[in-house]
Amino acid sequence: MIELFVFVVASAMVLGGAVGVVLRTHPVHAALSLVLTLFGVSVHFVAMEANFLAAVQVIVYAGAIVVLFLFVIMLLGVDKTEDLRLEPFRVQRPVAAVVGAALVSLVGLAIIASRDATTAVMGTGTEVLAADGSPLHDGNIKRLARDVFSDHVLAFELTSVLLVIAVVGTVVLARKPRTDGPGGQPS
Amino acid sequence: MIAIATPTTTWYLLLGAVLFAVGVVGVMVRRNPLVLFMCVELMLNAVNLTFVALAKKLDDIGGQTTVFFVMVVAAAEVVVGLGIIVAILRRRPNATTDDLAELKG
Repeated sequence: MIELFVFVVASAMVLGGAVGVVLRTHPVHAALSLVLTLFGVSVHFVAMEANFLAAVQVIVYAGAIVVLFLFVIMLLGVDKTEDLRLEPFRVQRPVAAVVGAALVSLVGLAIIASRDATTAVMGTGTEVLAADGSPLHDGNIKRLARDVFSDHVLAFELTSVLLVIAVVGTVVLARKPRTDGPGGQPS
Repeated sequence: MIAIATPTTTWYLLLGAVLFAVGVVGVMVRRNPLVLFMCVELMLNAVNLTFVALAKKLDDIGGQTTVFFVMVVAAAEVVVGLGIIVAILRRRPNATTDDLAELKG
């Protein structure tokens, strides 16, 4: 009962926020709707006992990424309402609606058709047991850490390289163009 | 427990499919590059939800590991993408995605 209630409420948050992102004309409102969606996904993660990912979802997505979005919106001063009725390509919206409906029905049909493989009510599989056989309260984190730092440790190290490259690249991209740079030409 | 409906993996997969489709429609419809990026985030979250649901169903922590890496790559992607948007919009204020048809800004 409580699982159903949590699922319904969190799904309403997810879908309401998603529709808000698409339909709100003001970029700041769209970003705040995105926060609603991200929190809903985080609630789903908790319901599926992915506790660590739920925390990371709130910290990284809602904390860092959306703040970055809002920061760029304010920095550029593009926080103006966009007129959604303006549409230069007349076929774009019908095509988008058809593609969206086709995507939902195709993927939905595939999920329903294969639900014999997936309908079983989910167990509490991702648990780690303590020495005395009782489930650990932080078993999810332990198991995830064991996987990340044993099987995927190379990928984990490569993400640090990726983040350094991203930060350096962004600094280069977003720097104000220098008019008196070396060589005398604007970069 | 009485036979009341309990959320199954199928429910989560369907929710992920709908969320992904909303993101796709948003990318196709909206013209503000920042909102476009938010719709890409919606799609990434839909896939994350699917990954976690199947990790739970299959009792395989690898799905959650993948979601962890997806989040890291998404953070890097947003940083680079917003850097590009800042560089473009500084040169051409109020540019929409339709105005960015050529690479030479």
